[in-house]
Amino acid sequence: MKNWKSKIIGGGLRVSAFVVLLILASIILYVLVLGIPQLKPTLFQWKYNSENVSMMPAIINTLLMIALSLTIAIPLGIGAAIFLTQYKKEGAVVKVIRMTSETLSGIPSIVYGLFGNIFFSTYCGLGYSLVSGALTMAIMILPLIMRTSEEAFLALSKGLEESSLALGAGKLRTISKVLLPSAMPGIISGIILGMGRVLGESAALIYTAGTATGMAESLLSPARTLSVHMYALTSEGLHMEEARAVAAVLMVLVLIVNFISNRLGKMVGGKNE
Amino acid sequence: MKKEGLFKFLFAAAALFSVLAVVVISLFLFASAFPTILEIGPLNFLFGKIWKPGNDIYGIFPMSVGSVYVTGISILIGVPLGLFTALYMTYFAPKRLYRVMKPAVELLSGIPSIVYGFFGLMVLVPLFRSIFGSGKSILTASVLLSFMILPTIITVSESSLRALDNSLLEGALALGDTKEKAVFRVMVPAASSGILSSVILGVGRSIGETMAVVMVAGNQPRIPGSVLDGVRTMTANIVLEMGYATDLHREALIATGAVLFVFVLILNLSFSLIRRKK
Amino acid sequence: MSEKMKTENLHLFYGEKEALKGIDISIGEKQIVSLIGPSGCGKSTFLRCLNRMNDLIKDCRIEGKIYYNGLDIYSPSSDTAKLRKNVGMVFQKPNPFPFSIFENIAYGPKTHGLRNKVKLQETVEKALSEAGLWDEVKDRLNSSAMGLSGGQMQRLCIARALAVEPDVLLLDEPTSALDPISTEKIEELLLTLKDRYTIVIVTHNMQQALRISDMTAFFLLGEMVEYGETTKMFYSPQDKRTEDYITGRFG
Repeated sequence: MKNWKSKIIGGGLRVSAFVVLLILASIILYVLVLGIPQLKPTLFQWKYNSENVSMMPAIINTLLMIALSLTIAIPLGIGAAIFLTQYKKEGAVVKVIRMTSETLSGIPSIVYGLFGNIFFSTYCGLGYSLVSGALTMAIMILPLIMRTSEEAFLALSKGLEESSLALGAGKLRTISKVLLPSAMPGIISGIILGMGRVLGESAALIYTAGTATGMAESLLSPARTLSVHMYALTSEGLHMEEARAVAAVLMVLVLIVNFISNRLGKMVGGKNE
Repeated sequence: MKKEGLFKFLFAAAALFSVLAVVVISLFLFASAFPTILEIGPLNFLFGKIWKPGNDIYGIFPMSVGSVYVTGISILIGVPLGLFTALYMTYFAPKRLYRVMKPAVELLSGIPSIVYGFFGLMVLVPLFRSIFGSGKSILTASVLLSFMILPTIITVSESSLRALDNSLLEGALALGDTKEKAVFRVMVPAASSGILSSVILGVGRSIGETMAVVMVAGNQPRIPGSVLDGVRTMTANIVLEMGYATDLHREALIATGAVLFVFVLILNLSFSLIRRKK
Repeated sequence: MSEKMKTENLHLFYGEKEALKGIDISIGEKQIVSLIGPSGCGKSTFLRCLNRMNDLIKDCRIEGKIYYNGLDIYSPSSDTAKLRKNVGMVFQKPNPFPFSIFENIAYGPKTHGLRNKVKLQETVEKALSEAGLWDEVKDRLNSSAMGLSGGQMQRLCIARALAVEPDVLLLDEPTSALDPISTEKIEELLLTLKDRYTIVIVTHNMQQALRISDMTAFFLLGEMVEYGETTKMFYSPQDKRTEDYITGRFG
């Protein structure tokens, strides 16, 4: 009994899905089609000057920022996930930990930026620097890494733990040599999402890592990442062509990150079936 | 055995780090914001209609209104679009299309704000200017934000729809409903708390968004008269002025951040209340 | 024949619920003992007492004594790791670690301190040979164990347990997830292992108990109703309940 009402509803649903795909496609195509022709070798010269508007220092800074913030966030996130899945699964403390990690994941990046500026840059005296930015980003991606790691541990079959213990291994050895390696694909896909967050972040970095155009020479040097670079170029309005090129590079990087995390996600999903 | 204890302690410390982080963030934001708000006067600060740092007048009411407008309209556009898409993906999409849509939605959530902002500035602003006569406006910002919250709405709604028992749908179909009607009459109400969570998360994302909004909203710190007027949100206010602000001006921006933080805390609280009910 | 393991008046509680109600059993060396009984009768719970796997379960409490080689395994001086090394266990669902075949087998010996590469190689080969898997996998020791068939995985798990040189092997329904051909292979394997190991096996399959075991214990509602030589028990059960169970199932 198909009537006109159902047809309208069905049509509406289909159109919505189509619109969503259209939005995505137009953003990607717009950015790539207009951006890729703007790419030229001078944009990748090692040193930035107002002549070449090179994005190379920003690319290097982004890589440094990703590496540093992950170095801080990964042990914390995995450690927390191990605690919550292998040691203490319930109780008041666990509730508080979950609540706070949810709170952290809800805080807007500009508030992280403000906090980083007040605390790391000013109170701790780290200034606008790579390390201020990385510490801020580490806190920001911590809940993401924590949650994906937790899920990865929870997805493991109970049999792995039992088999290891039945062979006479202790709890710590079971965790470090069996459970952690087994959960690795899931954890890594979370880490890659975290990389994506750092790559795309600008609001939290402008006032912590700063907007200086040079390449970071030490942990305490300011470091403008690619996203911040793009913001600077766009808001100044003087270098729109270069901004398009940066957008294209960012987009390609995002596509790569997404592709990898997707692949890993499928690997994890496939194994559990 | 000593090693076991040491590592348990380390894992616990890692888990408690997030608690520490929230405490320190709250402490530093509020410790700085409270005295500032008292100095400016709570009423003047929260409900003052004029923001003129040059004259030391700091009223954030226009920015609060701006944030609420932009967020509200983005929800009005984004939620139906996202929910319908989630319904389509869950119940109607052919498998092959689904396999394209799922990663597409994930990709949408991976695109950096700044790229959204750039797209808004280069595409939406000229487009809206030619249609409505004004490019940078509440409307433009809201439309752009509605794109940005789509992944949140779609993903959370879809997973709450998928968590439902399939027999619900079969029961409704057995009573002679068409699938389209049954989905709306039975599944949407059954998943309502999950859908509501998706809306709250969407509000959180929308109200906190900075870089994309700053590029398309116009950023005039005044109470807008229509959706085609430019507007400045709280987030935009911070990012625009933090670079050169000093003394009380700087403190006032931090206080703006604290107000935003409180907004988000309230959202989080209602989110966990909904989840507990479920 | 000497006694390998023994329990005395063993009670086990999950919180308030009594899951084992005073089990007395003596398990002789180099024998295969089958534990049979309907689901939920306590046979798996009992098996897991013998290498203290129930320690993992919250609110699980034990009264009575369990002896391994005459030593009380719950005495404070007993070393759980060492006990589990001596009393190996294989589970219902084949659960290899998601590592290479070699690493799966080498994990146990490494846990107990074996580092020497040559010795490890020897141990792995010996364990795989004992489990009858060596010829099938010797050319792909470094490929993932997840690529094996279900039956091969289970034999890998047996090899993994053998690699730490236990003398008792506990098997918790090892063939219930396998096809008949793989099941037969495992049964043959267990019969050859009997020369060197004491084997306690929980099984739902009564023909299996009859085919492979020397002794059989029948569990019902947390009690051990009857324990004796397998053929005797199957052909002339002493207890009415045993008879009902066996005939009901054979029919």
